[in-house]
Amino acid sequence: MISSEEYSENMEEAQETDISILVSDVNNIAIEESEVNKSISENKPLPSSSEQSNSYENLFDQLKGHNKHIFVLSTAGKPIYTRFGNENQLASLFGLMLALMSVTQDSNDTLQSICCGRTRIVFVNKDPIILVGVSQRSEPYDQIKKQLIYVYNNIISTLTLTQLKKIFLNRTNFDLRRLMSGSERLIDKLITFTENDPGFLLDSISCLQMPSNSRDKITQTILTECSKIKNLVFGLLIAQKHIISIVRMKKYSLQVSDIHLILNLINSTESFKTAESWTPICLPTFDSSGYMHAHISYLAEDCQACLVLLTIDHDLFFTLSEAKRKITEKMRRNDCLQAINDAIIRQPLSLARANILGLRHLLYKIKNRSQHWCPPFTLPYNTDTLQQNLMSVYCSLISQMNFPGRNLKVIYQQLTSETIVAWATDEVELYMCFEPMVSKECATNAVTKLTQWMKKEEDSLFIFNIPMF
Amino acid sequence: MKRLTAKLVFMGSQGVGKSSIITRYIKGDYRKECEATIGASFMYAKVTIRDYTITLKVWDTAGQERFRSLVPMYYRNSDAIAVVFDVSDRESFRQVKSWINEVKKNTDTPVVYYVVGNKTDLVDSRIITYEEAKEFATSVDAHYWETSVYSNSGIQDLFTNIGRNLIEMVESSKRPTNIKLEIDPEEGPNNVKINNSNIKCCTN
Ligand SMILES: Nc1nc2c(ncn2[C@@H]2O[C@H](COP(=O)(O)OP(=O)(O)O)[C@@H](O)[C@H]2O)c(=O)[nH]1
Ligand SMILES: [Mg+2]
Repeated sequence: MISSEEYSENMEEAQETDISILVSDVNNIAIEESEVNKSISENKPLPSSSEQSNSYENLFDQLKGHNKHIFVLSTAGKPIYTRFGNENQLASLFGLMLALMSVTQDSNDTLQSICCGRTRIVFVNKDPIILVGVSQRSEPYDQIKKQLIYVYNNIISTLTLTQLKKIFLNRTNFDLRRLMSGSERLIDKLITFTENDPGFLLDSISCLQMPSNSRDKITQTILTECSKIKNLVFGLLIAQKHIISIVRMKKYSLQVSDIHLILNLINSTESFKTAESWTPICLPTFDSSGYMHAHISYLAEDCQACLVLLTIDHDLFFTLSEAKRKITEKMRRNDCLQAINDAIIRQPLSLARANILGLRHLLYKIKNRSQHWCPPFTLPYNTDTLQQNLMSVYCSLISQMNFPGRNLKVIYQQLTSETIVAWATDEVELYMCFEPMVSKECATNAVTKLTQWMKKEEDSLFIFNIPMF
Repeated sequence: MKRLTAKLVFMGSQGVGKSSIITRYIKGDYRKECEATIGASFMYAKVTIRDYTITLKVWDTAGQERFRSLVPMYYRNSDAIAVVFDVSDRESFRQVKSWINEVKKNTDTPVVYYVVGNKTDLVDSRIITYEEAKEFATSVDAHYWETSVYSNSGIQDLFTNIGRNLIEMVESSKRPTNIKLEIDPEEGPNNVKINNSNIKCCTN
């Protein structure tokens, strides 16, 4: 996912020393910019606060209340998106970002990241747009960069790359928000997803746990209907954040990052529950140049699984609508709807069942399937904050394990509140979290025991059959 | 009993209340917080007038500019088109004209056009008067109707009126339409089934 740009620790260090110079310029630029922008801002009535400087302070106070920001602007400096606050009032900040980028560009360099204290700022230039991430959560550089790429992909998914390039070709000053309207909430939700979901960290999807014979029956039912339809490319059945089933047309496959965008769209849109939807969507990894058309609908009032049928033919709505009706009908007759409902309400498989001493939590990824299992969080990770902390621990562990150039098989680290172990084989990656004082032998034994236990459970936790038509 | 099936498409700028109007009619509820539609959604709405049961295949489009080039795929073969604007927003009213022009340019079958002024509850911030909107609608051969989803006025009548106009179109003229008319066997003479959707109109 992360682009192939060369990037080593040394380079980063070099950058960070340079930054002190840039940082000292920051204040100057900021002052100049705010002067320049006063005139712009004055055209728009600002909220209640009467004094200009006062409102800037309010604005930055408001931004300071959050420890993670994402900004998107055009290479001409026009605001496109901010996670918090109102991008109209951030003109000076956007101007500053642009200035920082062009300063480095002038010396034939590319600004990638700035560190000042606990704050890390990451820049991604995807001409004609620029994405900037500001984090105080001690996230690694590649993590923030990947989040920015996800946001970029979401913009492509609403506009297509072709349209985006074309717009800015003749009108460098174009206000992209006009074209993005309605999709801001998708970006908001996507950012939250990238912060909380192990699937983002692992480049993988999570499957709804169910007996494999039920899953096969469901997949077969979808496949039978879909294979009759010309130009249908993918079919997915989704339950909240989990995939139940995927079918695809011969020769085409769906990439994880595209599936994440689809999942985000479904989980951010309540109205899909009440009406059939027919929506153009671009899947950036599959084909960034054009729209596909998605027929999106929930199976039935009494079965809240969402069926997504993707085609390249914009005339196919009623064909797909009819196919969906038949799929639901057949699934009702052969008890698949019941099986889905059972799976949705069933208590998810608990790690305690593996009965491994000292093991608190883990992420288990099957590499060649890009699927993972994340068991429910249990004590001591029973609050949002503690879970968030654990995710940060995983995040840095995964980042160390997959650092480009290194080829690590095992990492063992004793932290103050837990011992963490990463373990990679050709087939799987394990990221485990133990109690603080667990020894290496103990951890190694746990891996053996766990691997055996997973062999029994994996049939219901993963999708091994993604048939083609 | 005669059964009519027709396609009704809602168009207009984002935020004028298209989704709210449709949801109010079909589900009877109104939400202040509602998310912007993405692409388009499809629903069935029922209207009963005299001895007609009309099934409207309703398309709720998003009105986003980025899908402008895809909009024809939604309004193609429609029998009725409702272009909605917000009476407190002149830009949305200005957009009505361009939507209607576009549809007319690309449609060669008879269509019932409605211009709908929504949010009439916003009395204080209202900018477009009834007269101005009505005059404009007449000038483009469209009906004009006002609604407020918030105070639930005009919604039922909007759908009933559209239904009535569709019946008129089917009954009065010999002109071909896309509308599917079925007359139930026990009542209809000779088990009539009319489906003209393949006939091309040549009269302009
Ligand atoms: N005051 C008022 N607000 C309305 C009315 N109808 C819709 N709205 C609000 O306008 C906003 C946009 O409505 P929506 O149905 O999503 O518009 P659409 O984009 O045209 O589908 C929502 O916040 C609604 O609550 C109305 O009649 N009066
Ligand atoms: Mg809408």
